[in-house]
Amino acid sequence: MLCHSAAGPARGAGHATAAMDGTRQHTSQPIVTGTSVLGIKYKDGVMLAADTLASYGSLARYKNVERLKPVGECTLIGASGEYSDFQHIMETLEDYHQYDVNMDDGFERSPAEIYNLLRTIMYNRRNKFNPLWNYLLIAGCKKDGTAFLGSVDHIGTCYEDNILATGFGGHLALPILRKKWRPDLEEGEARALLEDCMRVLFYRDCRALNRIQIAKATAEGTVVSDAYKVDTEWSLASFSQPKAGQDTDGSW
Amino acid sequence: MDIATQQEYPGLKDGEISTGTTIMAVQYDGGVIMGADSRTSTGTYVANRVSDKITSLHDHIYACRSGSAADTQAITDYVRYFLASHSVELGRLPLVKTAAKMARGLCYNNKDRLLAGMIIAGWDPVDGGTVYEIPLGGTMMKQKFAIGGSGSTYIYGHVDAAFKENMTKEEAQQFVRKAISHAMARDGSSGGVIRMVVIDKTGVSCEYIPGDQLPFGP
Amino acid sequence: MSSTGAGYDLSATTFSPDGKIFQVEYATKAVENSGTAMGVRCKDGVLLAVEKLLISKMLVAGSNRRVHGVSKHVGMAVAGLSADARQIVYRGRDEVAGYIENYGSQMPPSMLADRLAQYVHYFTLHGSLRPFGASVLVAGYDVELKKHELYVVEPSGVMYRYFGAAVGKGRQAAKTEMEKLKFDDMTCKEAMKQVCKILHVLHDEAKDKPFELEMSWVCEESGWKYQAVPQAQVKEAEEWAKESIESDEMDDDED
Repeated sequence: MLCHSAAGPARGAGHATAAMDGTRQHTSQPIVTGTSVLGIKYKDGVMLAADTLASYGSLARYKNVERLKPVGECTLIGASGEYSDFQHIMETLEDYHQYDVNMDDGFERSPAEIYNLLRTIMYNRRNKFNPLWNYLLIAGCKKDGTAFLGSVDHIGTCYEDNILATGFGGHLALPILRKKWRPDLEEGEARALLEDCMRVLFYRDCRALNRIQIAKATAEGTVVSDAYKVDTEWSLASFSQPKAGQDTDGSW
Repeated sequence: MDIATQQEYPGLKDGEISTGTTIMAVQYDGGVIMGADSRTSTGTYVANRVSDKITSLHDHIYACRSGSAADTQAITDYVRYFLASHSVELGRLPLVKTAAKMARGLCYNNKDRLLAGMIIAGWDPVDGGTVYEIPLGGTMMKQKFAIGGSGSTYIYGHVDAAFKENMTKEEAQQFVRKAISHAMARDGSSGGVIRMVVIDKTGVSCEYIPGDQLPFGP
Repeated sequence: MSSTGAGYDLSATTFSPDGKIFQVEYATKAVENSGTAMGVRCKDGVLLAVEKLLISKMLVAGSNRRVHGVSKHVGMAVAGLSADARQIVYRGRDEVAGYIENYGSQMPPSMLADRLAQYVHYFTLHGSLRPFGASVLVAGYDVELKKHELYVVEPSGVMYRYFGAAVGKGRQAAKTEMEKLKFDDMTCKEAMKQVCKILHVLHDEAKDKPFELEMSWVCEESGWKYQAVPQAQVKEAEEWAKESIESDEMDDDED
């Protein structure tokens, strides 16, 4: 159904209720949410993109939120879904990282190991019928230049690929990425490709924002960019000459 | 606040008192200002027209409460207790961040059982004036200013346009007064007087604006 | 009764008539037999150094460590029974991780030292427990006060804050040497050489077992992060120390 706007206020609570028979229902829907994250491998490593919005229902409530975060020296996490659960996941990963640092034996969890760790965490929680409501991308690059890109969802499903997208990105960005992606993309090309996808998502995803961050993981380590605006195009004929004229069929 | 029906708020029991509310907090040059209306309702009846939704957590840290009155009172009671013992062990003023983290812990770990949206704000010697928002799911968001409660939905446009960084205390007070009066004018669940708490290095001062002297009347 | 305790040394729960707890004193003796550990508070950070005695020539280099990371901004050097010390280090890590989880900020070193002292003290109160045969030096940076601090937690369960501290076999000689120097005006890098020299001077190559030098710091240069001093810098300081000792000896010969 096409909808210009939802009527009535966003009803918050996705929280559980205790029924009279003693059964309990846990989180049944996310509340503060982030939308798509995109990830692609390229010549020097792997790159992620996400916007900086955390929505509250349809309300664009927090517009300056980081959804791409580094873990340790060589791994990046990108999160869509419930933001409080993402904060919880990051705290957990930082605990693991501090443990490794304390050991001081030169070992650091590789991106693939963090990916598998997250998979078990997510799957364990869903088996308790109390999932962490996120769709995560895990990206990283080892010192020898091998790039890793994988995804884990809130029930623990996981897979690796050269191109990945969560949420709406799966519908709108993946087709573009499939068409344009090559394993030998230069850094500039990779960034431009992701920006193209983020622009389309801003046009077509009601929960997206034109303020984005890009992060890369290469053999040299990880970098998360400052947030910046993607430029947008508003000079199409249909904007300047709307179709709802007298001698047309009108428009929706 | 209001005592909502099950349809209005799925997390509330029939007749439970909730804070259908307008609350806010703003960081300014040197401190924070917190504001709230004074209405608590059960359904459409105003159960309390002199409510105080800005609750003290520590010498320089306060919380604005929205959602279930019972839940938010329980949470602030815990946080006040935790902060008191923490600051004794610490031997100095606790951080606003610490208060927010405590409240977040309770809200996040019990998200299935709580209906609580809170703004934690105050002043501490490390971070100065600080505002944190903890909405329904137990996310913890540091903000330059925050609005919350049912009335806030009517004033997002206004506060986005009117907010400036590094306001003076007077400008910030003006900002809070104007925003809350407009929310109260359009939100049936908000009303009464505007209560304000100003927190800075020197301490805390409370004031209120009577319902017939609001910058924008109902 | 072969020992000197006259029956008052069987448990840490019993005072002797002159007000001593012998078990705690024996635990302190265990620390005194250990390789020396030193800590100095410099103007730009805190430096920890340990003379790690090697019990065998077949040990893998770098094993049985005696300096340990606890959190981003805190580390410890230990002396005494290393298995006992490890228990204290682990407790420190738990305390710090719990603090971050509950309070959302880094635990101040003062509070960590206090909590560790409470933990160690508990083991002096029960008949079923034995005190720790270990002392720990805690070096840390207080993120909120922007101050760097050095603490020592002793087997009795007391905690002191120091400008310079030494525990273990060579503590007396080390303290005497430390008192001659103004660490408060030195950088960690400068202090590192002096500390190296002290440890080498008080190490008797003829009598003592060979040792590895372990050093770590929390300093401005490391962004106030706790970390092991890079091996190259340790080597450099050791070489300087050895040369300095040699030239001191030559000066003595000339006199």
